[in-house]
Amino acid sequence: MTIAATPVKLDSEALTLKSTSLWQITWHRLFRRKSSIVGMIILAILVTIALTAQWIAPYSPTLSMLDTKPPQDIQKRSSPCIYLLGCPQDQPQHIMGTDGNMRDEFSRMLYGARLSLMIGLSTVSFAIIIGTILGALAGYFGGWIDNLIMRVMDVLLAFPSLLLAIAIVTVLGPGLINALLAIGIVSIPAYARVMRASVLSVREMDFVSATRSLGGNTYEILFKCILPNALTPLIVQGTLGIASAILDAAALSFLGLGAQPPTPEWGSMLGAERNQVFTAPHLVFYPGLAIMLTVLSFNLIGDGLRDALDPRLVHVSS
Amino acid sequence: MTTYIIRRLLLSIPVLFGILFATFALARLIPGDPCRAMLGEKATKVVCDEFNHRHGLDKPIPVQFGVYVGEIARGDFGTSFRYSKPITELLKERLPITVELSFAALLVSIFIGIPLGVISAVRHNSWVDVVTMMWANVGVSMPVFWLGLMLAYVFALALKDTPFQLPPSGRLSAGITTTPFFETWGMQVKEGTFSFTIVDFLARMNILNAVLTADWKLFKDALIHLILPAFALSTIPMALIARMTRSAMLEVLGQDYIRTARAKGMGRRSVILKHAFRNALLPLATVIGLSLGGLLGGAVLTETVFNLSGVGRILYDGITARDYGIVQGFTVVIAMFFVLLNLIVDVSYAYLDPRIRLN
Repeated sequence: MTIAATPVKLDSEALTLKSTSLWQITWHRLFRRKSSIVGMIILAILVTIALTAQWIAPYSPTLSMLDTKPPQDIQKRSSPCIYLLGCPQDQPQHIMGTDGNMRDEFSRMLYGARLSLMIGLSTVSFAIIIGTILGALAGYFGGWIDNLIMRVMDVLLAFPSLLLAIAIVTVLGPGLINALLAIGIVSIPAYARVMRASVLSVREMDFVSATRSLGGNTYEILFKCILPNALTPLIVQGTLGIASAILDAAALSFLGLGAQPPTPEWGSMLGAERNQVFTAPHLVFYPGLAIMLTVLSFNLIGDGLRDALDPRLVHVSS
Repeated sequence: MTTYIIRRLLLSIPVLFGILFATFALARLIPGDPCRAMLGEKATKVVCDEFNHRHGLDKPIPVQFGVYVGEIARGDFGTSFRYSKPITELLKERLPITVELSFAALLVSIFIGIPLGVISAVRHNSWVDVVTMMWANVGVSMPVFWLGLMLAYVFALALKDTPFQLPPSGRLSAGITTTPFFETWGMQVKEGTFSFTIVDFLARMNILNAVLTADWKLFKDALIHLILPAFALSTIPMALIARMTRSAMLEVLGQDYIRTARAKGMGRRSVILKHAFRNALLPLATVIGLSLGGLLGGAVLTETVFNLSGVGRILYDGITARDYGIVQGFTVVIAMFFVLLNLIVDVSYAYLDPRIRLN
């Protein structure tokens, strides 16, 4: 009589899941979604361009072709001239043509990537820091502090965001830094709300009480116990926030309120040449396309992160 | 329901005060003295003293705020030095254009966004779904001003002399005039009265006026001028609505009562439209409400691109001319308008979902 040895089948997924961290899972899931991969590829290209702009740009972004030695024999707002596409070799190559001041549009586009990413990151970092602190205070202390902070947030939310940003920049005066500040201010409420909600849901949990009974002070409880639990929604909100910050900053620059010429910022490049759309469409097309792709990449990654970090979807393969 | 509306109304009072305080504070933060900011650099001392006295600017800050709130309550939103007109006058002229544009954009986004969302939910993971969602992702990332300029280029220049040619700017072609419907109808309304303001407001919306006066030539002309700006402005809300409809429908379609409805032999079409879609409407109401603010912000860009003399355009002109009166006045009005819209959305939300008003 033999006892058939039934092979014990291990639930391999459960085992591997146990040994992987949340970030590994997220990373893994992010790479399973085609749209997030597309977003990450676009972003990787943009970051590469931003980091290497000074080496790959054929000209300085603020150099007029009149000032080159010898001065180039071209018209301002000349159409793109690419050797590979049959542009005569005796003409200087300008992949995206030249702008109204005879600067090389391609070089300006490359440097624009740097500004665009800087704008997105800095405004969102500013808004996240202020928003997180305000939201944490409101959620943790409750009472009149909560009321005061959240009512101020309500007022900020009562304005359409772009309009409030416009009003703030009009008062502060046009300029890139002021535009960033304005966009930062109008995006604070989103993070404050996310943080407050997380604090409220975690505040009464046992591990928080435990920290408190062990003598942890408010700072420790807020930033060591509660903040890590609020990170997930903050990261998702932040990634999507970068997208809208870039879009709003471009809009402000387009209206002449943000980056001022000759700064190579896509929105202001587009705004400066918008009346030439019928005669030199390339000067409007490229900056706008670049803005769209940048915003798209952050939106795709943000959506991917939201799904990847959603605990309800742990065992659902998509 | 009434209690809910009253409670909601009371809740918006602090927000309104906050808005007034914020715009008041913004005006005080303008570098230099408020008089020269409002009346221009060349204002003389006599004029400034008179201005400061009239607006209580020679009094302490809390009193100034009181004067400001009083002025707003009386419907005085300040004056524009650039146009030398009260803001209210400019509003009466310009707001109808923006309302017409935003409304058209909202209609476009609803009538294209919702069907696309429903179809991509019903045919989940089909090519329709994939294409719609790709397009929706691009749509939410679209700079409105760029899309507007590109549409103008394609439809006014590239498609010139084809049946698809559309005008890239303005509201009407040269030579087309409008007669306010109340004049055609022979209505007796006295200028300056409240009812005149209302009918005049409506008459300034060209399309509505054309329908009311049965002037089809005007209707056609106004419509072809509105297509490009409305389409440009509608992209972002359209994409949001399509996405939201899709995810709401997907959630509802997985419910038990949908299976029950199918099991009892109900047709696929009526299950989708009657059982599923109605329950997916709720999140849609929120997304449409949230889009309204975006529409107002986007109107500034769209009107600038398409040269429409609406609220957004005047705000842009006010910014470039450093006309703080315009910026402050219009910001207050738009924010109050936005609060009102949110109120309407919340009330309709409560109407759609009894759980909200009973809580």
